[in-house]
Amino acid sequence: MKGLYNKRTGDVLIWLLLLTMPYWVGWVGGYTSLGTRVLVLGLAAMSLNFLLGFTGVLSFGHAAYFGLGAYGAGMTIKYLVPSTPVGILVGVLVGTVAAGVVGALIVRLRGVYFAMVTIAFGQVFYFIAFRWNSVTGGDDGLSGWKRLPINLGFHTVDILNNDKAFYFMVLACFAVAVGIMAALLRSPFGRTLLAIRENERRARFLGIPIERHIWLSWVISCLFVSLSGALYALLNNFSDPHNLHWSQSGDFVIMAVLGGMRSFWGPLIGAAIFVVLQDYLSSMTDNWQSFIGLFFVLVVLFFPRGVLGIIKRKVTQ
Amino acid sequence: METPVRCGLNRRMTQLILYNVFNGLIIGAFYALMALGLSLILNLSGVINFAHGGFLAIGAYIAYTLMPHIGFWGALVVAPFLTALIGIAVERFLIRRLYGRDPLYSLLLTFGLAFIFEDGTRYIYGPQTLPFAVPDWLNQPLSSQYFFLTGYRLFMVVLVVAVVIGLFFILNRTRLGMRIRAGTGDLETVSVLGVNVRVLRSLNFGLGIFLAGLAGVLAAGMLGLQPTIGSTLIMPSFVAIIIGGLGSLPGTLLGGLLIGVASGITGVFLPSASEAVIYVMMALVLLVRPQGLLGEEGRTQ
Repeated sequence: MKGLYNKRTGDVLIWLLLLTMPYWVGWVGGYTSLGTRVLVLGLAAMSLNFLLGFTGVLSFGHAAYFGLGAYGAGMTIKYLVPSTPVGILVGVLVGTVAAGVVGALIVRLRGVYFAMVTIAFGQVFYFIAFRWNSVTGGDDGLSGWKRLPINLGFHTVDILNNDKAFYFMVLACFAVAVGIMAALLRSPFGRTLLAIRENERRARFLGIPIERHIWLSWVISCLFVSLSGALYALLNNFSDPHNLHWSQSGDFVIMAVLGGMRSFWGPLIGAAIFVVLQDYLSSMTDNWQSFIGLFFVLVVLFFPRGVLGIIKRKVTQ
Repeated sequence: METPVRCGLNRRMTQLILYNVFNGLIIGAFYALMALGLSLILNLSGVINFAHGGFLAIGAYIAYTLMPHIGFWGALVVAPFLTALIGIAVERFLIRRLYGRDPLYSLLLTFGLAFIFEDGTRYIYGPQTLPFAVPDWLNQPLSSQYFFLTGYRLFMVVLVVAVVIGLFFILNRTRLGMRIRAGTGDLETVSVLGVNVRVLRSLNFGLGIFLAGLAGVLAAGMLGLQPTIGSTLIMPSFVAIIIGGLGSLPGTLLGGLLIGVASGITGVFLPSASEAVIYVMMALVLLVRPQGLLGEEGRTQ
């Protein structure tokens, strides 16, 4: 009973913090677009964790679908339809379809091999974005476009110039995505994923079609990652080939681990810590890459359960 | 009038293709050296060593630092051993703690190390490409018609072949190699039979890193030195392992050579696709034979 109560308060607290973020982030030395970045990358890390923490499948290639979402949104707005919602939709669609195809090829692999193949497949899209200069802008990234105000019919939301309006648009997308993921995890489907995580062989003996479940979990996870990629491109008014690169995938995984893989909100907290740290380090030193690397090593050695994992343990003790 | 022109064209085309096939073989030999080391470590310890490219760079830069003192040949011999020692130290103090935990953690650890190694070499030696001089007599083209066949490239191929033969000799004929192979199959049983598994894993890790260091010295001689030299070679090495077959060293070797040649030939006709083609090959292999060309059934599960 007590655990349930705690969980409820935690949820309420997080939503309250998120809803009021633009109004207090300045006091703690941040700025609104930093808060938006936390939210977007947090969504990516939470989507990855749907697969990593709740299905027990190790993907190290989620940046590919993040980047596809980003390029899908950017290229749609730049070349096809100057509309923000259409851009987001196309971005999500492109990322999800690619994930569906790749997923079908790799669901039979497990563990480190699955990780390796996801990394390698991610690089295909990186090289396409990198090489196809005339369309994607190559190494320089896709620029020369901007997110556009959203016309609701009765009211136009100026997400371009109003940072706060954009934050709340992102928060709305975040809420929908997170709500769907939470509902899925509570459904019989989600329980089955947990069963697969805990003991795949037993789940198979029970007649659960493992491959189909892992494929679905992979596609759902990639769908929301592409959503966050599209939002990330809108945030920066720019798509960067680095968004597709395997080092970005590593960032997502460390966010999930840092916050706590076994908890629903953990990756969001991990993303907040990681984004703030990266922002701080890159303004302090040219060698921030080394420090990020060191941070990875320290987290793995001394902090493998993540922030929420440790808190949970303290509470139960 | 027409025939000589076409003859010339044909000859030039043949030359171009030969050039690219040969180049592909050399690049493939690099991939294979890298991938063999990765594979050794992956098979015995279940660790994807993301820092493998970083170790390659370390080997190259050690050779660069030593060369003024002990010459090219000295550096070629010493640098890989020093790299292997660094590798063994990393295994002893960092990676060993993570055996038996979710492979996610060792992956993240080596991922962080890769960042540190790349940035560290950039910090010490600068981001620019440094020249790495090989002995002059090795740089002479061997034939005027096949201008691309310099002594150095031929030497590299010969050396890689020798090293690979040496590696398979160690694995098949020595006690250490037999234990590594046995451990790959069933580490627990090997341990119960009285083999010190910790030492075995350390040595195996060192052996893998030795190959990375050697590849680093050779690559430096051909491409010059850059902090990113390793990270550009690591992804194709992953592909080589997947194509060749998970858990199979001959497969890894085959995979490395295959993708090298394939990207070389693609480079003739469609240069911009020369990187993507290896991933297409990987997709095809996974579609037809998920365990890879020479992979054993069941290892992937």
